[in-house]
Amino acid sequence: MTRRLAIRAAIATFALGMLACGPARAADSVDPAADKAAFQKFFTSKFPKLKLEDFVNGPYSMNEDLHKQWEEKEQFPPYEFSLEAGKEMFTTPFKNGKTYADCFPNKGIGIRQNYPYFDEKEGKVVTLELALNRCREANGEAPFSYVKDDMAALTAYMAFTSRGKPMDIQIPNDPRALQAYQKGKEYFYTRRGQLNFSCATCHIQSPGERIRAEVLAPALGILNAMPIYRSEWSGMGTTSRRFTTCNSQIRGVPLNPQDDEYRNLEYYLSYVSNGLPISGPGARP
Amino acid sequence: MSGAIRAIFAASALLLATASTALAASEADYKAAYAAAEAANKEAGALRNQWTTTASTLSAAKKAGDAGDFDTAVAQAKEAEALAKASIFQATSEKERWKDMEVR
Amino acid sequence: MASSIRVRATSNGDTTEVQALIQHPMDSGFVKDAKGEIIPPHFIQQLTFEYDGKPVFVADWGGGVSKDPYVKFAFKGGKKGDDLKVSWVDNKGATDTTTAKIQ
Repeated sequence: MTRRLAIRAAIATFALGMLACGPARAADSVDPAADKAAFQKFFTSKFPKLKLEDFVNGPYSMNEDLHKQWEEKEQFPPYEFSLEAGKEMFTTPFKNGKTYADCFPNKGIGIRQNYPYFDEKEGKVVTLELALNRCREANGEAPFSYVKDDMAALTAYMAFTSRGKPMDIQIPNDPRALQAYQKGKEYFYTRRGQLNFSCATCHIQSPGERIRAEVLAPALGILNAMPIYRSEWSGMGTTSRRFTTCNSQIRGVPLNPQDDEYRNLEYYLSYVSNGLPISGPGARP
Repeated sequence: MSGAIRAIFAASALLLATASTALAASEADYKAAYAAAEAANKEAGALRNQWTTTASTLSAAKKAGDAGDFDTAVAQAKEAEALAKASIFQATSEKERWKDMEVR
Repeated sequence: MASSIRVRATSNGDTTEVQALIQHPMDSGFVKDAKGEIIPPHFIQQLTFEYDGKPVFVADWGGGVSKDPYVKFAFKGGKKGDDLKVSWVDNKGATDTTTAKIQ
């Protein structure tokens, strides 16, 4: 009896302790630059042998066997067909004679690292996939599915032209941009689905470890490799596909691709990977 | 056999009896249970946190209900409601708790 | 339409190393689509690499080979600048051929 009381008292003090440290943390102002530094430091100290740019190769940097397989694979990458298709699509004019190049700065070449960006007119985050579909619609073409091959092919080509360029996401001096960033962060760390996982459960707490037969990728630089050819999917997948599949794998009903939540998430996740090179299109097991 | 154990047997027999009378569910029971589950799932949807298992349990309830198996339908609908309520609890508690996991 | 075959052959003097990637659905005939209907079998049955008019590598494939298959092998001989002919036939009778220069 006395023992039980003691435990209860311990729990109570613990709860009090939590409360006490609560307000100190709740006073958090949004500081993306500090977040980014802490985020990158977390990974570089968790994996002291890896260079910052190695993180964009995901699980291949975490596992020696996988790395060997990957080197072999990269000699003849499985995304090559998609890349070629993407290039052809990108350069083929729409029915009205215009092309994708007309919708983008620098004709769409070498600009992947600037996406997603915050559109101050719209007050929302605009991703590359969204911009591509808007470009299609503005030119009288039907939008592509966000998760399927056409969109992956296009983004694969655009990523390829930006390979090696450091991710460069800007947060303009606009409270809405900061809020979008913060919302993205909240989504990243929020547990959801019946399995009670957040994005961070796998990609912060356990990168490099196995989940069944697969090696988990680190959150740092994870989007730099998008889109990816996944052997598991035997096909290409976009960032949208990655997000929605992650959600359903933890038994959460996925949102629609390019819903605000996903756009904000992409904004946050890309921002904290600023400075890491674009490596897409990637190949993953 | 001590008295205590005999008492447990008696109690469980009683439980079984009440349980079996409760099992004879009607269509109205099913409709009420289903509506409650659906409402809870809708609330989870407003919180942007529905579970896939809620949806599949709901459709299992509907399937049983359409087939006239109201016992199963009610049981499934109650299960779905419990799942939906859990997802609501999760979404609500995560409003602050996500910060615990943040890298800072 | 670009060729469905990508080949790279490199000679080191004695042997030639060949890598090839082929775009093909390789449906086994045992998989169902989203509607629950069987996707009919559609796979490469024979893949041939010919050098100097003679086959150097012939593969008899079935539905067990993955989509967009990748092949790597080496053969003795083969000179830089020579042609290597690659062709496949699938179970629907479709075929594709390409010729690559050994590097």
